[in-house]
Amino acid sequence: MPAMNMIQALRSAMDVMLERDPDVLVFGEDVGFFGGVFRCTEGLQQKYGKRRVFDSPIAEAGILATAVGMGAYGLRPVVEIQFADYIYPATDQLVSEAARLRYRSAGDFTAPLTVRSPYGGGIFGGQTHSQSPEAIFTHVAGLKTVIPSTPYDAKGLLIAAIEDDDPVIFFEPKRIYNGPFDGHHDRPVTPWAKHPASEVPEGYYSIPLGKANIVKAGEAVTVLAYGTMVHVALAAAEEAQIDAEVIDLRTLNPLDLDTIVTSVKKTGRCVIVHEATRIGGFGGELSAVVQENCFHHLEAPVARVTGWDTPYPHAFEWEYFPGPKRVAEALRQAMEA
Amino acid sequence: MKNEMPLELHIPEPKLRPGDAPDFSDMKLPAAGTASRPDTHAEARDTHHLVYDLIRVLDDEGQAVGPWNPKLDAETLKRGLRSMLLTRIYDDRMQRAQRQGKTSFYMTCTGEEAVAVAQAMALDRGDMCFPTYRQQGLLIARDWSLVDMMCQIYSNSRDRLKGRQLPVMYSSKEAGFFSISGNLGTQFPQAVGWAMASAYKGDRRIAAAWIGDGSTSEGDFHHALTFGAVYRAPVLLNIVNNQWAISSFQGFAGGELTTFAARAVGYGLPGLRVDGNDFLAVYAATQWAAERARANLGPTVIELFTYRASAHSTSDDPSRYRPADEGKCWPLGDPLERLKRHLVALGVWSDADHQALTEELTEQVRAAGKEAESYGTLGNGPMISVATMFEDVFKEMPQHLRQQRQQMGI
Repeated sequence: MPAMNMIQALRSAMDVMLERDPDVLVFGEDVGFFGGVFRCTEGLQQKYGKRRVFDSPIAEAGILATAVGMGAYGLRPVVEIQFADYIYPATDQLVSEAARLRYRSAGDFTAPLTVRSPYGGGIFGGQTHSQSPEAIFTHVAGLKTVIPSTPYDAKGLLIAAIEDDDPVIFFEPKRIYNGPFDGHHDRPVTPWAKHPASEVPEGYYSIPLGKANIVKAGEAVTVLAYGTMVHVALAAAEEAQIDAEVIDLRTLNPLDLDTIVTSVKKTGRCVIVHEATRIGGFGGELSAVVQENCFHHLEAPVARVTGWDTPYPHAFEWEYFPGPKRVAEALRQAMEA
Repeated sequence: MKNEMPLELHIPEPKLRPGDAPDFSDMKLPAAGTASRPDTHAEARDTHHLVYDLIRVLDDEGQAVGPWNPKLDAETLKRGLRSMLLTRIYDDRMQRAQRQGKTSFYMTCTGEEAVAVAQAMALDRGDMCFPTYRQQGLLIARDWSLVDMMCQIYSNSRDRLKGRQLPVMYSSKEAGFFSISGNLGTQFPQAVGWAMASAYKGDRRIAAAWIGDGSTSEGDFHHALTFGAVYRAPVLLNIVNNQWAISSFQGFAGGELTTFAARAVGYGLPGLRVDGNDFLAVYAATQWAAERARANLGPTVIELFTYRASAHSTSDDPSRYRPADEGKCWPLGDPLERLKRHLVALGVWSDADHQALTEELTEQVRAAGKEAESYGTLGNGPMISVATMFEDVFKEMPQHLRQQRQQMGI
């Protein structure tokens, strides 16, 4: 089985789906001839032709709108928004159109589209190439929000997203495109090849949406994380020597409530970690469902470790990023409470 | 360089307001039959003089003149008249139903019937329409069931949209009528996407989209023209310039400085400016653009120059922002009256025929209304089961929605 990094795994997912389904199209800014600014679509235009993999005008709203129209026709467009920070012009088409088309037409028209978009910081992208806007979309009825944390999951989840009959936003944690970055920015990056989840089958497989993954079983405290923060949480638990159960949510909406509730009832403690800003972040929703469902089992207040409520500052990236030190401190506090 | 004058901010203002007498004397109207008709395979630039002209076929005597005359047979013309009249009678009944408390909201298309009806007739039945809320004539011209339309307006037990949509926001894939959105302009680039898909599949169906003069200000309008031009999508991009966007005259959409058809020029698209109250001109322009689209020559921008003779909706009173009776003074007249006069001039129609048709269609609408009301009205029910509220958010209902449905007690 070949070792793939996340970029190769995502490319492989699109390759498999372009091969299997003639109704799958891939388009977006720079995704065609050039293969995308992060190279995720490299070689796909050469293999499938420019009819199926092509560049688009720099108009995110236009990309989403045409994808909605294609979905209404019966195609399965896979579009790339070059950075999650650029998704806002497309919000109306996502929130008011793609997400509601099935509902408002009572199933007469649907929008089975997938929006891929790199998100998150840690690459010195400054405030317009580092944001984590997932909570804006998890709030929307009718949209699914998916975030992978390994190459294996990235491929299986992206295939499931493309096959899904509803619109899916697929945020790719770009800091871990090339390796499972654990938040220690001052250490050399470990490549994916040394991680077991880089073993990715070349052919078709899918991972169901709406199912979380217990990355590491533990008894002391439950950590809820997704994307890059899964690896940060694992490092923090190890460094704090706390027997944490680390859950990778993988799909934020619809949420795998059962896995979360079972774990927190077992450990009695819960720390939520995300890179996005805190107020109105997805951690607030997670915190609420934990206390609604596990209140009598809780031994400590539910804690959140998040990005600060500021824009992502270019020069102070690592002060902003909720690294393993902050996560470890939250784990210790949860244990002491 | 020193500024000689202080700067001034321009805020557009319509020439006339309530209390003023209607006056369209400064409107430049070329005579019917004078606009040239380029070949359908012409270069886009060879149409660009037409964006400042006005394509008219029916003259003041009801004769069809000039190169744009589509030379339709009497049966087709009568079918057009019937659909326009049916649309008007339908609108009248549903407007009254709203006043009677049978539904929450209604929008008529009075004065604009030729737009949807002639365009539906010039398109093929399989072509996909992406309308605004004022193209109910598309459904009527495609012989869609009036009862089905009324059930949507009443959100009743037979409403296919399960009471989810504001009245008039119809959806019918079968009728080639895309689900209407209340967020204006979104359908314009979606139509381009549908057309791209049709071209990708090697299909033979084209798309047509409508947008109001006001909504051309939205970014989606420009995305549609950009994507349409870039990918040469087989789509008709229709701008219905009915002069008013609720209370804002078309000057607030940029209409003081140029025409809406002229938007085509900057995108390298062909553009046509058409008398929207002239059934034959609308039909001919649509046919021209459809022929181009079917020949893989891409989109055409069509401005349909008309006048919104009624209120925006049942929620506003136009006498508060524009002169009363302006619609009656519209220099391009009433589309129904003009087509009727043409049929009379051809010697194939009479006042008696018209009276008989009016009575027949009134009875048809009355009977449909009675049947639709027997399935319920928004005011009195019955409505579809409230449990359906949780369906169709996703294809399969996720756990949280099942729980919320239980919480609601169902």
